[in-house]
Amino acid sequence: MNTLPQQLANGLLLGSMYGLIAIGYTMVYGIVQLINFAHGEIFMTGAFGALTVYFYILPDGTPMAVAVPLMLIGGGIVAILIAVGAERFAYRPLRGAPRLAPLITAIGLSLALQEVVRNFYPGADRARAFPGLDATHDLGSITIKDADIFLIVSAVVCMAALAYFVRKSRTGRAMQATAQDPDTAQLMGIDTNRIIVIAFAIGGFFAAVAAVAYGLKYGNVDYRMGFLMGLKAFTAAVLGGIGNIYGAMLGGLVLGIAETLASAYIDEIPGMQQLGGQSWANVWAFCLLIIVLLVRPQGLLGERVADRA
Amino acid sequence: MTALLEVEDLKVAYGKIEAVKGISFSVEAGQVVTLIGTNGAGKTTTLRTLSGLLKPLSGKITFDGKPLTGVPAHKIVALGLAHSPEGRHIFPRLTIAENLQLGAFLRKDTAGIEKDIQRAYELFPILGERRKQAAGTLSGGEQQMLAMGRALMSQPKLLMLDEPSMGLSPIMMQKIMATIAELKAQGTTILLVEQNAQAALSLADQGHVMEVGKIVLSGTGQDLLHDESVRKAYLGED
Ligand SMILES: Nc1ncnc2c1ncn2[C@@H]1O[C@H](COP(=O)(O)OP(=O)(O)OP(=O)(O)O)[C@@H](O)[C@H]1O
Ligand SMILES: [Mg+2]
Repeated sequence: MNTLPQQLANGLLLGSMYGLIAIGYTMVYGIVQLINFAHGEIFMTGAFGALTVYFYILPDGTPMAVAVPLMLIGGGIVAILIAVGAERFAYRPLRGAPRLAPLITAIGLSLALQEVVRNFYPGADRARAFPGLDATHDLGSITIKDADIFLIVSAVVCMAALAYFVRKSRTGRAMQATAQDPDTAQLMGIDTNRIIVIAFAIGGFFAAVAAVAYGLKYGNVDYRMGFLMGLKAFTAAVLGGIGNIYGAMLGGLVLGIAETLASAYIDEIPGMQQLGGQSWANVWAFCLLIIVLLVRPQGLLGERVADRA
Repeated sequence: MTALLEVEDLKVAYGKIEAVKGISFSVEAGQVVTLIGTNGAGKTTTLRTLSGLLKPLSGKITFDGKPLTGVPAHKIVALGLAHSPEGRHIFPRLTIAENLQLGAFLRKDTAGIEKDIQRAYELFPILGERRKQAAGTLSGGEQQMLAMGRALMSQPKLLMLDEPSMGLSPIMMQKIMATIAELKAQGTTILLVEQNAQAALSLADQGHVMEVGKIVLSGTGQDLLHDESVRKAYLGED
Protein backbone atom coordinates (compact mmCIF):
# COMPACT_ATOMS: atom_id res chain seq x y z
CA MET A 1 0.00 0.00 0.00
CA ASN A 2 1.40 3.33 -0.98
CA THR A 3 -0.12 6.04 1.17
CA LEU A 4 0.65 9.74 0.99
CA PRO A 5 2.83 9.70 4.15
CA GLN A 6 4.80 6.81 2.66
CA GLN A 7 5.25 8.68 -0.60
CA LEU A 8 6.38 11.78 1.23
CA ALA A 9 8.89 9.73 3.17
CA ASN A 10 10.16 8.16 -0.06
CA GLY A 11 10.51 11.60 -1.58
CA LEU A 12 12.36 12.92 1.43
CA LEU A 13 14.80 10.01 1.29
CA LEU A 14 15.46 10.34 -2.40
CA GLY A 15 15.78 14.09 -1.92
CA SER A 16 18.36 13.69 0.85
CA MET A 17 20.45 11.65 -1.54
CA TYR A 18 20.17 14.30 -4.25
CA GLY A 19 21.01 16.96 -1.69
CA LEU A 20 24.17 15.22 -0.51
CA ILE A 21 25.43 14.94 -4.07
CA ALA A 22 24.29 18.48 -4.92
CA ILE A 23 26.63 19.89 -2.25
CA GLY A 24 29.56 18.94 -4.47
CA TYR A 25 28.22 20.86 -7.46
CA THR A 26 27.26 23.88 -5.47
CA MET A 27 30.42 24.28 -3.40
CA VAL A 28 32.68 24.00 -6.40
CA TYR A 29 30.51 26.36 -8.42
CA GLY A 30 30.31 28.83 -5.56
CA ILE A 31 34.07 29.06 -5.33
CA VAL A 32 35.40 28.64 -8.87
CA GLN A 33 32.26 29.14 -11.03
CA LEU A 34 32.89 25.73 -12.56
CA ILE A 35 30.29 23.03 -13.11
CA ASN A 36 32.06 19.81 -12.36
CA PHE A 37 30.05 17.56 -14.64
CA ALA A 38 32.23 14.63 -13.60
CA HIS A 39 30.76 14.82 -10.10
CA GLY A 40 28.19 12.11 -10.86
CA GLU A 41 31.06 9.78 -11.68
CA ILE A 42 32.83 10.76 -8.47
CA PHE A 43 29.67 9.56 -6.73
CA MET A 44 29.89 6.32 -8.71
CA THR A 45 33.55 5.72 -7.82
CA GLY A 46 32.64 6.31 -4.17
CA ALA A 47 30.20 3.42 -4.43
CA PHE A 48 32.87 1.16 -5.91
CA GLY A 49 35.36 2.24 -3.26
CA ALA A 50 32.91 1.15 -0.58
CA LEU A 51 32.16 -2.07 -2.45
CA THR A 52 35.87 -2.85 -2.59
CA VAL A 53 36.17 -2.48 1.16
CA TYR A 54 33.24 -4.82 1.69
CA PHE A 55 34.13 -7.59 -0.77
CA TYR A 56 37.89 -7.46 -1.05
CA ILE A 57 39.21 -6.07 2.23
CA LEU A 58 36.89 -7.06 5.05
CA PRO A 59 36.63 -10.74 6.01
CA ASP A 60 33.40 -12.50 5.09
CA GLY A 61 30.69 -12.18 7.66
CA THR A 62 31.83 -8.83 9.06
CA PRO A 63 28.81 -7.39 10.83
CA MET A 64 27.27 -4.45 8.96
CA ALA A 65 27.62 -2.21 12.01
CA VAL A 66 31.39 -2.53 11.56
CA ALA A 67 31.41 -2.74 7.79
CA VAL A 68 29.37 0.39 7.01
CA PRO A 69 31.68 2.90 8.73
CA LEU A 70 34.69 1.29 7.05
CA MET A 71 32.89 1.35 3.70
CA LEU A 72 32.22 5.06 4.23
CA ILE A 73 35.90 5.63 4.85
CA GLY A 74 36.94 3.58 1.82
CA GLY A 75 34.38 5.15 -0.48
CA GLY A 76 35.21 8.56 0.92
CA ILE A 77 38.93 8.16 0.29
CA VAL A 78 38.39 7.06 -3.31
CA ALA A 79 35.91 9.85 -4.07
CA ILE A 80 38.09 12.50 -2.42
CA LEU A 81 41.20 11.35 -4.27
CA ILE A 82 39.40 11.44 -7.61
CA ALA A 83 37.74 14.79 -6.91
CA VAL A 84 40.97 16.40 -5.76
CA GLY A 85 42.92 14.78 -8.59
CA ALA A 86 40.42 16.13 -11.11
CA GLU A 87 40.84 19.62 -9.67
CA ARG A 88 44.61 19.45 -9.62
CA PHE A 89 45.28 17.86 -12.98
CA ALA A 90 42.20 18.57 -15.11
CA TYR A 91 40.61 21.82 -13.95
CA ARG A 92 43.43 23.86 -12.41
CA PRO A 93 45.49 23.99 -15.61
CA LEU A 94 42.39 25.37 -17.35
CA ARG A 95 41.71 28.22 -14.97
CA GLY A 96 41.35 31.35 -17.03
CA ALA A 97 40.66 29.34 -20.18
CA PRO A 98 37.33 29.88 -21.98
CA ARG A 99 34.45 28.27 -20.08
CA LEU A 100 33.89 25.64 -22.70
CA ALA A 101 37.30 24.07 -22.00
CA PRO A 102 36.66 22.85 -18.44
CA LEU A 103 33.15 21.79 -19.47
CA ILE A 104 34.46 19.53 -22.22
CA THR A 105 37.17 18.30 -19.88
CA ALA A 106 34.50 17.36 -17.34
CA ILE A 107 32.54 15.38 -19.90
CA GLY A 108 35.71 13.61 -21.00
CA LEU A 109 36.59 12.83 -17.42
CA SER A 110 33.08 11.41 -16.84
CA LEU A 111 33.40 9.06 -19.77
CA ALA A 112 36.91 8.07 -18.77
CA LEU A 113 35.86 7.22 -15.22
CA GLN A 114 32.89 5.21 -16.44
CA GLU A 115 34.99 3.25 -18.89
CA VAL A 116 37.79 2.59 -16.40
CA VAL A 117 35.30 1.16 -13.92
CA ARG A 118 33.44 -0.80 -16.59
CA ASN A 119 36.60 -2.35 -18.02
CA PHE A 120 38.70 -2.91 -14.96
CA TYR A 121 36.39 -3.42 -11.99
CA PRO A 122 35.39 -7.08 -11.79
CA GLY A 123 31.77 -7.52 -12.80
CA ALA A 124 31.07 -3.79 -13.00
CA ASP A 125 29.74 -3.90 -16.54
CA ARG A 126 26.52 -5.31 -15.13
CA ALA A 127 24.85 -4.34 -11.88
CA ARG A 128 26.98 -5.56 -8.99
CA ALA A 129 25.34 -6.65 -5.77
CA PHE A 130 25.95 -4.29 -2.89
CA PRO A 131 25.30 -5.39 0.70
CA GLY A 132 21.89 -4.19 1.78
CA LEU A 133 20.47 -2.96 5.06
CA ASP A 134 17.03 -4.37 4.52
CA ALA A 135 15.51 -4.83 7.98
CA THR A 136 12.24 -2.89 7.97
CA HIS A 137 10.48 -0.85 10.64
CA ASP A 138 6.80 -0.01 10.75
CA LEU A 139 6.13 3.52 11.90
CA GLY A 140 2.38 3.71 11.71
CA SER A 141 1.54 4.47 8.10
CA ILE A 142 5.20 4.48 7.01
CA THR A 143 7.55 1.58 6.54
CA ILE A 144 11.27 2.30 6.32
CA LYS A 145 14.40 0.19 6.01
CA ASP A 146 17.64 0.41 7.98
CA ALA A 147 19.22 1.80 4.83
CA ASP A 148 16.74 4.69 4.95
CA ILE A 149 17.65 5.44 8.54
CA PHE A 150 21.31 5.42 7.57
CA LEU A 151 20.58 7.83 4.72
CA ILE A 152 18.56 10.33 6.70
CA VAL A 153 20.89 10.32 9.69
CA SER A 154 24.00 10.77 7.58
CA ALA A 155 22.38 13.56 5.54
CA VAL A 156 21.43 15.46 8.68
CA VAL A 157 24.83 14.95 10.30
CA CYS A 158 26.72 15.94 7.13
CA MET A 159 24.65 19.07 6.58
CA ALA A 160 24.87 20.21 10.18
CA ALA A 161 28.63 19.64 10.22
CA LEU A 162 29.05 21.52 6.94
CA ALA A 163 26.95 24.47 8.09
CA TYR A 164 28.97 24.68 11.29
CA PHE A 165 32.27 24.38 9.42
CA VAL A 166 31.45 27.10 6.90
CA ARG A 167 30.07 29.58 9.42
CA LYS A 168 32.28 29.05 12.41
CA SER A 169 35.67 27.69 11.44
CA ARG A 170 38.57 29.78 10.23
CA THR A 171 38.80 27.73 7.05
CA GLY A 172 35.06 28.08 6.52
CA ARG A 173 35.34 31.85 6.79
CA ALA A 174 38.20 31.75 4.29
CA MET A 175 35.96 29.71 2.03
CA GLN A 176 33.22 32.34 2.15
CA ALA A 177 35.75 35.06 1.42
CA THR A 178 37.17 33.11 -1.53
CA ALA A 179 33.68 32.56 -2.95
CA GLN A 180 32.86 36.26 -2.70
CA ASP A 181 36.12 37.71 -4.00
CA PRO A 182 39.05 35.38 -4.71
CA ASP A 183 41.68 38.03 -5.46
CA THR A 184 40.92 39.99 -2.34
CA ALA A 185 40.88 36.77 -0.34
CA GLN A 186 44.51 36.27 -1.38
CA LEU A 187 45.29 39.78 -0.16
CA MET A 188 44.08 38.65 3.27
CA GLY A 189 46.65 35.84 3.21
CA ILE A 190 44.21 33.10 2.21
CA ASP A 191 45.70 30.33 0.07
CA THR A 192 42.79 30.12 -2.35
CA ASN A 193 44.15 27.03 -4.09
CA ARG A 194 43.97 25.19 -0.80
CA ILE A 195 40.39 26.39 -0.31
CA ILE A 196 39.44 25.10 -3.76
CA VAL A 197 40.94 21.70 -2.96
CA ILE A 198 38.98 21.57 0.28
CA ALA A 199 35.73 22.36 -1.58
CA PHE A 200 36.37 19.52 -4.03
CA ALA A 201 37.23 17.17 -1.16
CA ILE A 202 34.08 17.97 0.82
CA GLY A 203 31.99 17.49 -2.33
CA GLY A 204 33.70 14.15 -2.98
CA PHE A 205 33.14 12.92 0.55
CA PHE A 206 29.46 13.89 0.54
CA ALA A 207 29.02 12.11 -2.78
CA ALA A 208 30.59 9.00 -1.28
CA VAL A 209 28.20 9.13 1.67
CA ALA A 210 25.31 9.32 -0.80
CA ALA A 211 26.82 6.47 -2.79
CA VAL A 212 27.04 4.17 0.22
CA ALA A 213 23.44 5.06 1.09
CA TYR A 214 22.43 4.32 -2.51
CA GLY A 215 24.07 0.89 -2.44
CA LEU A 216 22.62 -0.04 0.94
CA LYS A 217 19.15 1.10 -0.16
CA TYR A 218 18.94 -0.32 -3.68
CA GLY A 219 21.24 -3.31 -3.24
CA ASN A 220 23.29 -2.90 -6.38
CA VAL A 221 25.59 -0.47 -8.14
CA ASP A 222 26.91 -0.16 -11.68
CA TYR A 223 29.26 2.00 -13.70
CA ARG A 224 26.43 4.14 -15.08
CA MET A 225 24.74 4.95 -11.79
CA GLY A 226 26.42 8.38 -11.64
CA PHE A 227 24.91 9.72 -14.81
CA LEU A 228 21.28 10.13 -13.85
CA MET A 229 21.96 10.71 -10.16
CA GLY A 230 24.51 13.37 -11.08
CA LEU A 231 22.11 15.04 -13.45
CA LYS A 232 19.36 15.07 -10.84
CA ALA A 233 21.67 16.37 -8.14
CA PHE A 234 22.88 19.10 -10.50
CA THR A 235 19.23 19.95 -11.12
CA ALA A 236 18.71 20.10 -7.36
CA ALA A 237 21.67 22.45 -6.97
CA VAL A 238 20.33 24.80 -9.66
CA LEU A 239 16.80 24.54 -8.28
CA GLY A 240 18.00 25.55 -4.82
CA GLY A 241 20.26 28.32 -6.12
CA ILE A 242 23.68 27.15 -7.21
CA GLY A 243 26.45 28.34 -4.92
CA ASN A 244 24.26 28.11 -1.84
CA ILE A 245 24.78 25.02 0.35
CA TYR A 246 21.36 25.25 2.00
CA GLY A 247 19.85 25.69 -1.44
CA ALA A 248 21.45 22.43 -2.55
CA MET A 249 19.82 20.50 0.26
CA LEU A 250 16.48 22.26 -0.14
CA GLY A 251 16.58 21.78 -3.90
CA GLY A 252 17.31 18.09 -3.37
CA LEU A 253 14.37 17.66 -1.03
CA VAL A 254 11.97 19.60 -3.25
CA LEU A 255 13.05 17.62 -6.29
CA GLY A 256 12.89 14.26 -4.53
CA ILE A 257 9.43 14.89 -3.12
CA ALA A 258 8.02 16.39 -6.32
CA GLU A 259 9.36 13.55 -8.41
CA THR A 260 8.04 10.88 -6.06
CA LEU A 261 4.60 12.44 -5.76
CA ALA A 262 4.34 13.00 -9.49
CA SER A 263 5.15 9.42 -10.34
CA ALA A 264 2.71 8.15 -7.70
CA TYR A 265 -0.29 10.38 -8.27
CA ILE A 266 -0.21 12.08 -11.65
CA ASP A 267 -1.90 9.13 -13.34
CA GLU A 268 -4.91 9.67 -11.10
CA ILE A 269 -5.60 12.97 -12.83
CA PRO A 270 -8.19 12.34 -15.57
CA GLY A 271 -6.54 12.31 -18.97
CA MET A 272 -3.05 11.79 -17.61
CA GLN A 273 -3.24 8.06 -17.02
CA GLN A 274 -0.26 7.40 -19.24
CA LEU A 275 1.97 10.00 -17.57
CA GLY A 276 2.47 8.40 -14.18
CA GLY A 277 4.94 5.89 -12.89
CA GLN A 278 8.69 5.81 -12.59
CA SER A 279 9.34 6.21 -16.29
CA TRP A 280 7.86 9.71 -16.28
CA ALA A 281 9.46 10.79 -13.00
CA ASN A 282 12.47 12.31 -14.73
CA VAL A 283 10.27 14.32 -17.03
CA TRP A 284 8.44 15.85 -14.08
CA ALA A 285 11.71 16.54 -12.30
CA PHE A 286 13.03 18.59 -15.22
CA CYS A 287 9.66 20.30 -15.75
CA LEU A 288 9.87 21.47 -12.16
CA LEU A 289 13.35 22.85 -12.81
CA ILE A 290 12.14 24.78 -15.83
CA ILE A 291 9.16 26.23 -14.00
CA VAL A 292 11.22 27.33 -11.00
CA LEU A 293 13.85 28.91 -13.22
CA LEU A 294 11.21 30.81 -15.16
CA VAL A 295 9.84 32.32 -11.97
CA ARG A 296 13.10 32.59 -10.02
CA PRO A 297 16.11 32.37 -12.34
CA GLN A 298 18.50 32.51 -9.38
CA GLY A 299 16.90 29.39 -7.84
CA LEU A 300 15.03 29.08 -4.56
CA LEU A 301 17.74 30.42 -2.24
CA GLY A 302 20.12 31.91 -4.79
CA GLU A 303 21.13 35.52 -4.72
CA ARG A 304 20.54 37.67 -7.70
CA VAL A 305 23.82 38.51 -9.37
CA ALA A 306 23.12 42.21 -8.82
CA ASP A 307 23.27 41.65 -5.07
CA ARG A 308 26.78 40.39 -5.35
CA ALA A 309 28.52 43.43 -6.81
CA MET B 1 69.87 52.45 5.42
CA THR B 2 68.02 50.77 2.57
CA ALA B 3 64.42 51.58 1.75
CA LEU B 4 61.49 49.50 3.00
CA LEU B 5 60.29 48.97 -0.55
CA GLU B 6 62.57 49.08 -3.56
CA VAL B 7 61.17 48.73 -7.08
CA GLU B 8 63.70 48.49 -9.92
CA ASP B 9 62.88 48.58 -13.61
CA LEU B 10 59.53 46.85 -13.15
CA LYS B 11 57.71 45.75 -16.30
CA VAL B 12 54.23 44.22 -16.29
CA ALA B 13 52.15 43.13 -19.27
CA TYR B 14 48.64 41.83 -19.92
CA GLY B 15 49.29 39.42 -22.75
CA LYS B 16 51.15 41.45 -25.34
CA ILE B 17 50.14 44.82 -23.93
CA GLU B 18 52.77 46.26 -21.65
CA ALA B 19 50.97 48.27 -18.97
CA VAL B 20 54.02 49.10 -16.85
CA LYS B 21 57.13 49.78 -18.91
CA GLY B 22 60.06 49.78 -16.54
CA ILE B 23 59.51 51.91 -13.46
CA SER B 24 61.75 52.38 -10.44
CA PHE B 25 60.94 54.00 -7.12
CA SER B 26 61.34 53.38 -3.43
CA VAL B 27 59.49 53.93 -0.19
CA GLU B 28 61.35 54.66 3.06
CA ALA B 29 59.91 53.55 6.37
CA GLY B 30 57.65 56.25 7.80
CA GLN B 31 57.12 57.97 4.45
CA VAL B 32 53.99 58.59 2.48
CA VAL B 33 54.72 58.11 -1.21
CA THR B 34 52.11 58.79 -3.84
CA LEU B 35 51.69 57.65 -7.43
CA ILE B 36 49.51 59.96 -9.46
CA GLY B 37 48.59 59.88 -13.11
CA THR B 38 45.83 59.73 -15.64
CA ASN B 39 43.46 56.81 -16.20
CA GLY B 40 45.24 53.79 -17.53
CA ALA B 41 48.71 54.98 -16.51
CA GLY B 42 49.48 51.68 -14.81
CA LYS B 43 49.09 52.62 -11.14
CA THR B 44 46.72 49.79 -10.21
CA THR B 45 48.80 47.36 -12.24
CA THR B 46 51.84 48.39 -10.20
CA LEU B 47 50.12 47.84 -6.86
CA ARG B 48 48.64 44.51 -7.92
CA THR B 49 52.08 43.37 -8.97
CA LEU B 50 53.58 44.42 -5.64
CA SER B 51 51.00 42.36 -3.77
CA GLY B 52 51.56 39.33 -6.00
CA LEU B 53 48.22 39.28 -7.83
CA LEU B 54 50.06 39.91 -11.11
CA LYS B 55 53.38 38.43 -12.18
CA PRO B 56 55.90 40.93 -13.51
CA LEU B 57 57.54 40.49 -16.88
CA SER B 58 60.85 41.60 -15.44
CA GLY B 59 62.33 43.80 -12.78
CA LYS B 60 63.11 43.56 -9.12
CA ILE B 61 60.95 44.18 -6.08
CA THR B 62 62.61 44.15 -2.68
CA PHE B 63 60.53 44.53 0.44
CA ASP B 64 62.04 44.72 3.89
CA GLY B 65 65.25 43.26 2.52
CA LYS B 66 63.59 40.26 0.81
CA PRO B 67 62.81 39.76 -2.88
CA LEU B 68 59.06 39.71 -3.56
CA THR B 69 59.11 38.46 -7.12
CA GLY B 70 57.80 34.91 -7.33
CA VAL B 71 56.22 34.99 -3.87
CA PRO B 72 52.52 34.00 -4.15
CA ALA B 73 49.99 36.69 -3.23
CA HIS B 74 48.73 34.96 -0.11
CA LYS B 75 52.22 34.90 1.38
CA ILE B 76 52.98 38.55 0.80
CA VAL B 77 50.67 39.98 3.43
CA ALA B 78 52.55 37.91 6.01
CA LEU B 79 55.71 39.84 5.12
CA GLY B 80 54.01 43.08 6.12
CA LEU B 81 52.57 44.43 2.89
CA ALA B 82 48.83 45.20 2.97
CA HIS B 83 46.79 46.29 -0.02
CA SER B 84 43.47 48.10 0.01
CA PRO B 85 42.41 47.52 -3.60
CA GLU B 86 40.85 49.90 -6.09
CA GLY B 87 37.08 49.66 -5.89
CA ARG B 88 37.28 48.69 -2.20
CA HIS B 89 36.45 45.01 -2.63
CA ILE B 90 35.02 44.41 0.80
CA PHE B 91 33.38 40.99 1.26
CA PRO B 92 29.77 42.04 0.72
CA ARG B 93 27.93 39.18 2.39
CA LEU B 94 30.10 39.06 5.49
CA THR B 95 29.56 41.46 8.36
CA ILE B 96 31.82 44.41 9.08
CA ALA B 97 33.31 42.59 12.07
CA GLU B 98 33.96 39.50 9.93
CA ASN B 99 35.61 41.63 7.24
CA LEU B 100 37.94 43.11 9.83
CA GLN B 101 38.72 39.67 11.23
CA LEU B 102 39.66 38.49 7.74
CA GLY B 103 42.16 41.33 7.58
CA ALA B 104 43.86 39.62 10.51
CA PHE B 105 43.54 36.16 8.93
CA LEU B 106 47.17 35.18 9.49
CA ARG B 107 47.46 36.55 13.01
CA LYS B 108 47.17 34.22 15.97
CA ASP B 109 47.01 36.73 18.85
CA THR B 110 43.27 36.77 19.55
CA ALA B 111 43.55 39.47 22.19
CA GLY B 112 45.64 41.68 19.92
CA ILE B 113 43.17 41.22 17.06
CA GLU B 114 40.30 42.26 19.30
CA LYS B 115 42.24 45.34 20.38
CA ASP B 116 42.95 46.30 16.77
CA ILE B 117 39.29 45.84 15.83
CA GLN B 118 38.42 48.28 18.62
CA ARG B 119 41.03 50.66 17.21
CA ALA B 120 39.45 50.42 13.77
CA TYR B 121 36.10 51.29 15.37
CA GLU B 122 37.74 54.29 17.05
CA LEU B 123 39.24 55.40 13.76
CA PHE B 124 35.90 54.89 11.97
CA PRO B 125 33.08 55.03 14.55
CA ILE B 126 30.43 54.23 11.93
CA LEU B 127 31.97 50.78 11.48
CA GLY B 128 31.57 50.09 15.18
CA GLU B 129 27.91 51.09 15.10
CA ARG B 130 27.24 48.78 12.17
CA ARG B 131 29.55 45.90 13.12
CA LYS B 132 26.89 43.19 12.69
CA GLN B 133 25.65 44.51 9.36
CA ALA B 134 26.51 42.91 5.99
CA ALA B 135 29.32 44.96 4.49
CA GLY B 136 27.57 45.14 1.12
CA THR B 137 24.89 47.35 2.65
CA LEU B 138 27.40 50.10 3.55
CA SER B 139 27.66 53.29 1.51
CA GLY B 140 30.66 53.75 -0.77
CA GLY B 141 32.52 55.91 1.73
CA GLU B 142 31.80 53.53 4.57
CA GLN B 143 33.03 50.62 2.44
CA GLN B 144 36.23 52.56 1.84
CA MET B 145 36.70 52.98 5.57
CA LEU B 146 36.15 49.27 6.00
CA ALA B 147 38.66 48.43 3.27
CA MET B 148 41.27 50.64 4.96
CA GLY B 149 40.46 49.29 8.40
CA ARG B 150 40.69 45.74 7.07
CA ALA B 151 44.10 46.39 5.49
CA LEU B 152 45.36 47.83 8.79
CA MET B 153 44.28 44.67 10.65
CA SER B 154 47.34 42.80 9.38
CA GLN B 155 49.59 45.33 11.18
CA PRO B 156 51.39 46.11 7.94
CA LYS B 157 54.82 47.63 7.61
CA LEU B 158 53.57 49.21 4.39
CA LEU B 159 49.97 50.08 3.60
CA MET B 160 49.06 50.39 -0.08
CA LEU B 161 45.89 52.35 -0.84
CA ASP B 162 44.50 52.37 -4.37
CA GLU B 163 42.27 55.40 -4.98
CA PRO B 164 40.70 55.60 -1.54
CA SER B 165 38.75 58.71 -2.56
CA MET B 166 37.29 57.27 -5.75
CA GLY B 167 33.59 58.01 -6.18
CA LEU B 168 33.21 59.73 -2.82
CA SER B 169 31.45 62.97 -2.02
CA PRO B 170 33.75 65.92 -1.21
CA ILE B 171 32.97 65.60 2.49
CA MET B 172 33.64 61.88 2.53
CA MET B 173 36.82 62.44 0.57
CA GLN B 174 38.05 64.96 3.14
CA LYS B 175 37.31 62.50 5.89
CA ILE B 176 39.31 59.75 4.18
CA MET B 177 42.21 62.11 3.50
CA ALA B 178 42.17 63.29 7.11
CA THR B 179 42.38 59.67 8.19
CA ILE B 180 45.36 59.06 5.95
CA ALA B 181 47.03 62.11 7.49
CA GLU B 182 46.28 60.70 10.92
CA LEU B 183 47.80 57.34 9.98
CA LYS B 184 50.85 59.17 8.68
CA ALA B 185 51.17 61.06 11.96
CA GLN B 186 51.09 57.72 13.78
CA GLY B 187 54.08 56.64 11.69
CA THR B 188 52.36 54.32 9.19
CA THR B 189 54.25 53.93 5.94
CA ILE B 190 51.88 54.42 3.01
CA LEU B 191 52.01 54.00 -0.75
CA LEU B 192 49.05 56.01 -2.01
CA VAL B 193 47.59 55.91 -5.51
CA GLU B 194 45.24 58.80 -6.17
CA GLN B 195 43.41 60.66 -8.89
CA ASN B 196 42.94 63.52 -6.47
CA ALA B 197 46.46 64.84 -7.02
CA GLN B 198 46.02 67.95 -4.90
CA ALA B 199 45.08 66.00 -1.78
CA ALA B 200 47.62 63.25 -2.35
CA LEU B 201 50.56 65.56 -3.01
CA SER B 202 49.76 67.74 -0.01
CA LEU B 203 50.15 64.67 2.19
CA ALA B 204 53.05 62.99 0.47
CA ASP B 205 56.74 63.08 1.25
CA GLN B 206 57.50 61.81 -2.24
CA GLY B 207 55.41 61.77 -5.39
CA HIS B 208 55.75 60.14 -8.79
CA VAL B 209 53.74 61.05 -11.86
CA MET B 210 52.92 58.11 -14.13
CA GLU B 211 51.94 58.33 -17.77
CA VAL B 212 51.28 55.33 -20.00
CA GLY B 213 53.35 52.93 -17.97
CA LYS B 214 56.28 55.19 -17.15
CA ILE B 215 57.24 57.51 -14.34
CA VAL B 216 57.66 60.86 -16.07
CA LEU B 217 58.27 63.09 -13.08
CA SER B 218 59.34 62.58 -9.47
CA GLY B 219 59.88 64.88 -6.54
CA THR B 220 58.75 65.78 -3.06
CA GLY B 221 55.04 66.32 -2.63
CA GLN B 222 55.55 70.07 -2.32
CA ASP B 223 57.79 70.26 -5.41
CA LEU B 224 55.22 68.49 -7.55
CA LEU B 225 52.40 70.54 -6.11
CA HIS B 226 54.16 73.62 -7.40
CA ASP B 227 55.38 72.15 -10.65
CA GLU B 228 54.05 73.92 -13.71
CA SER B 229 53.27 70.81 -15.77
CA VAL B 230 51.67 69.00 -12.86
CA ARG B 231 49.47 71.98 -12.13
CA LYS B 232 48.39 72.06 -15.74
CA ALA B 233 47.76 68.36 -16.19
CA TYR B 234 46.46 67.25 -12.81
CA LEU B 235 45.31 70.22 -10.83
CA GLY B 236 43.06 71.66 -13.49
CA GLU B 237 44.92 74.92 -13.98
CA ASP B 238 45.92 76.62 -17.16
N1 LIG C 1 42.93 42.76 -16.80
C1 LIG C 1 43.43 43.52 -17.79
N2 LIG C 1 43.60 43.01 -19.02
C2 LIG C 1 44.11 43.76 -20.03
N3 LIG C 1 44.51 45.03 -19.89
C3 LIG C 1 44.38 45.59 -18.68
C4 LIG C 1 43.84 44.87 -17.56
N4 LIG C 1 43.83 45.69 -16.50
C5 LIG C 1 44.35 46.86 -16.92
N5 LIG C 1 44.68 46.82 -18.23
C6 LIG C 1 45.29 47.89 -19.01
O1 LIG C 1 46.52 48.26 -18.42
C7 LIG C 1 46.69 49.65 -18.44
C8 LIG C 1 46.96 50.17 -17.04
O2 LIG C 1 45.79 49.97 -16.26
P1 LIG C 1 45.74 50.32 -14.70
O3 LIG C 1 44.46 49.82 -14.19
O4 LIG C 1 46.98 49.87 -14.06
O5 LIG C 1 45.72 51.91 -14.74
P2 LIG C 1 45.50 52.95 -13.58
O6 LIG C 1 46.65 53.87 -13.62
O7 LIG C 1 45.23 52.26 -12.30
O8 LIG C 1 44.20 53.71 -14.07
P3 LIG C 1 42.96 54.30 -13.25
O9 LIG C 1 43.42 55.63 -12.76
O10 LIG C 1 41.89 54.46 -14.26
O11 LIG C 1 42.62 53.36 -12.17
C9 LIG C 1 45.44 50.22 -19.08
O12 LIG C 1 45.73 50.49 -20.42
C10 LIG C 1 44.43 49.12 -18.97
O13 LIG C 1 43.53 49.15 -20.04
MG1 LIG D 1 43.64 52.19 -11.07
